Amino acid sequence: MPIAFFERHGFRGLDRKLLRDIAALAAGILIVGISFGAIATSQGVPWWQSSAMSLFVYAGAAQFATMGIMTAGGGLVAGVAAGLILNLRHIPYGMAVGGIYWTGLRSKLIGTHLLIDQSTAFALAAGDDPRRARQAFWTVGVSLFLVWNVGTVIGAFAGQLVADPKVLGLDAALPAILLALVMPSLKDRRTLLAGVLGTAVALATSFFLPAGIPVLLAVIGVVVMGKGTGKKEETA
Amino acid sequence: MNMLIAIAALAAGTYLIRLSGALLRKRITLSTHAEKVIKAGAMVVLLALTVTSSLLVDGGFAGWALPAGVLIGGVLAWRRAPLAVVVVAAAATTALLRLAGVA
Repeated sequence: MPIAFFERHGFRGLDRKLLRDIAALAAGILIVGISFGAIATSQGVPWWQSSAMSLFVYAGAAQFATMGIMTAGGGLVAGVAAGLILNLRHIPYGMAVGGIYWTGLRSKLIGTHLLIDQSTAFALAAGDDPRRARQAFWTVGVSLFLVWNVGTVIGAFAGQLVADPKVLGLDAALPAILLALVMPSLKDRRTLLAGVLGTAVALATSFFLPAGIPVLLAVIGVVVMGKGTGKKEETA
Repeated sequence: MNMLIAIAALAAGTYLIRLSGALLRKRITLSTHAEKVIKAGAMVVLLALTVTSSLLVDGGFAGWALPAGVLIGGVLAWRRAPLAVVVVAAAATTALLRLAGVA
């Protein structure tokens, strides 16, 4: 079914470089998924609950936060609120790449669920070529969905057999991937300026705002993008 | 039971958050410039996410090993290394620094 789905959406030969890049990312996400399942099990959460969370939420940081607060006895409201606040950054993501999957009803429903940091970053990194952006979004979204869920199940049953992601340095690998994807767009002077300003805002507010709000506030950085210069910009 | 409610609430809320961005997009008439600004906005959020998650863990400094690994990955990416190389170099740097006792 997924292959037929891809083909109907204009996928023929998938870019080899894209697949190689995604394989590196998927390996990392698999191990983080395993650690999520393992941590849940170690806190006494049944495997089907951690798996249901990965299946229906599909947002790593929020899952760790909500699961952590709930199992530490922090309460339902605090747990859910922390996860939802962490996920607010998906609003600017949807605004930026929502057009990619805003086609048929099924594509809208599934694409919405596949909107994550990495599918957004890969789609944006594809630049102004809509076909490549669509390919990147769907391939990353579907592949990571599969490995995230497989990883969660493996971790829930056999997590203790796998090394801690921190020992493997994986907590550095995932930001490095995002950095690599964002970097080419920072060659644009004003995007770079917006990025520096937004990141400064996020860092400064991190010390007193709940996790998730500072990175959302980073969008303030785009004030430096100005009003646009009309025709000049299109020809630039 | 509480965990099931939490999963359902987080799933529903997250789906609505994801949906709202695309719906907002539909409401705005997108000029070329607006499109550019919106894309830059998402890029800025991703960059801020990268930097904050490299420097801060649980509200405090993450230690040197983590940002050092991300930085090495960033330098390699800047020199157009393949993503697999970026991933392995970043992870290996951080892992080896920790092995050597650098937090």
